[in-house]
Amino acid sequence: MELFINQVLAGIATGAIYACMALAIVMIFQAIDHLNFAQGEMAMFSTFIAWQLMQWGIPYWWAFLLTLIISFVAGIVIERVLFKPLAKAPVLTNVAGFIALFAIVNSVAGLIWDFTIKQFPTPFGSSPFLGSQLISTHQVGMIGVTLGLLIALFLFFRFTRIGLAMRAAAAMPESARLVGINTSWMVALGWGMASAIGAIAGILIAPVVFLEPNMMLGVLLYGFAAAVLGGLTSPLGAVLGGFLVGVFENLVGTYIPGVGNELKLPIALALIVIVLVVKPNGLMGHTVVKRV
Amino acid sequence: MTILLSVHDLRAYYGQVQALHGLSFDLNEGSMTTLLGANGAGKTTTLRAICNMVRSTGAIQFEGKPLNGKSTENIVRLGIAHVPQGRGTFTTLTVEENLQLGAISRKDTKAISSDIERMYAHFPVLKQRHTQQAGTLSGGEQQMLAVARALMLRPRLMLLDEPSFGLAPLIVRDLFNILGKINREDKVSILVVEQNAQLALEIADKAYVIETGRIVMSGNAQEIANDESVRKSYLGY
Repeated sequence: MELFINQVLAGIATGAIYACMALAIVMIFQAIDHLNFAQGEMAMFSTFIAWQLMQWGIPYWWAFLLTLIISFVAGIVIERVLFKPLAKAPVLTNVAGFIALFAIVNSVAGLIWDFTIKQFPTPFGSSPFLGSQLISTHQVGMIGVTLGLLIALFLFFRFTRIGLAMRAAAAMPESARLVGINTSWMVALGWGMASAIGAIAGILIAPVVFLEPNMMLGVLLYGFAAAVLGGLTSPLGAVLGGFLVGVFENLVGTYIPGVGNELKLPIALALIVIVLVVKPNGLMGHTVVKRV
Repeated sequence: MTILLSVHDLRAYYGQVQALHGLSFDLNEGSMTTLLGANGAGKTTTLRAICNMVRSTGAIQFEGKPLNGKSTENIVRLGIAHVPQGRGTFTTLTVEENLQLGAISRKDTKAISSDIERMYAHFPVLKQRHTQQAGTLSGGEQQMLAVARALMLRPRLMLLDEPSFGLAPLIVRDLFNILGKINREDKVSILVVEQNAQLALEIADKAYVIETGRIVMSGNAQEIANDESVRKSYLGY
C-alpha cells in the first residue's frame, strides 16, 4: 500500500511537469492549429539559460525570473521571425519548420554547453517532505509551483481584457479582427507565454532528469500524450491529462512486470494512439454546442 | 450634409476572379443606406473591401481620410463596426464576453460597463442569457447579440451584412425597428446589405442597386421602391 501511495504521489509530481508541457502545446495549438514539436527543446534551452545564470552567481529565484522573461521574449521572436511568415503555408511546411527549430535548438545547446550531463539545483531540497518517506520536498515544490501557475493562468484568461482578447483570437480569428483585435500579436503573445511555461517545466524537472540537450525528449512525448488525452482544444483538459499520464506512467512501470524504465516511452506513444482511436476529442475537448 | 464614407472606383478580386468592377457610392453622415442586389452581385464583397478583408483597389475615404492600406483591426478602431454574414458570434464565449469583446479596443472601462447595461435595455433577452454560451442562442438572439456587439464599439458607421438571413419574419421586423431606432437616437450611420429589399427600402433613406459588381441605380429609398424595374426584379410585384 505504501508503495502504491508513493508511486501515485510521485506520478502527480512528474504529472505536474507533463501538465505544463501539455498546456504550452495546447496554447500554441489553439493559436495556430499546429503542434509545436520543438516545445521541449525550447524548454531545454531555457533551462540551460537558467543554469548558466546560476553559474554566473545569480541566486536561484532571480535566475528563475530572468529565465522566464528571456524565454517569453524569445518565444515572441521565434514566432515573428519563423512562423509568422508561415502562417498561410500548408501544414507540411509548418511541420518542417518545427522540426528545423527542434534540430537547431538542440544542436546549438550542445554547441554552447556540450552534451555532458549536468547537475541542476533545486530550491526545495530533496529531503523527505515533513519527515514522510512518501514524497520529497522537491516533488511537493513541483506540484506547488505548477498549481500556482495554473491558477495565475486561469485568472489571466478569465478576468483580464487581454486574456479575453487572446481567447477570442484563438476561437474566431476573423471575428476577433472585426472587433479591433490585432490577432497576429495575440498569436505572438501565445508563443511567448507557451515558451515561458515550458521554461518552468524544464527548470522544475531538470533536478530529476539532469540537465543535457536531450533531457526533454521523453517529457515532451508525455506532454503530447497528456494534451491528446485531455483534448487538444482544452487547456483544463491538458492539465488533467498531464496529472493522469504521470500517475498512469508510474503505476504501469511499477506493477506491470517487464515494463520498467525502458518501456515507459512506448507507453506514452501507445496512450496517444489509443486515445486517438477511442476518443479523438480527448477527455475535455469540446464539441461546440450550436443551434442555428 | 457631410459625406461620412465615400467609395470610388472600387475593384475587388478573389484570386484571379474580379468581383467588383469600379463601384462608387457615398454614404451621408447619419444616413441609413442600403445596398440591394441579387446573389453574387457583390454586396458582401463591397462590405469586406471597406474593411480590407479582400484584395481591392480604388479609393475608400472615411471622414475624409483614406482607408487604403490599413489593416482590418485598425479600420475597425476608427469607428467602423462590421457585422459579417453569419453574424461572427464568438460561439464558445458567453453572451457578456461577446459584448465586452465588442468594446475591446476602447480604453474607457467605466463607460463600457454602462454600455453593456444599455445593450441589455435594448435587448432584454441578452440580459436573461448573459452567462450562457453564445452558440446556444437562437438565430434571432444571435443576430441581436451581433448588433449589440457592434454597438459596443460606439461606432460612427455600422456595416450590416444580411441581418435578416435565416430569421422569422416577425423577428426581422423587430430587428429592423431596433436598427432604425439606433440610427435615429444613437446617431449611428448604417450601411445595410439586404436581400429582403422591401423591408430594407422601407427603413432606409438612400439605396443603391448593384448588378455584377457595378452600381446600376441610386436614389432615395422611396424613389427606388417605386421604380418599375426594381419592383419587378427585387420586390416581386
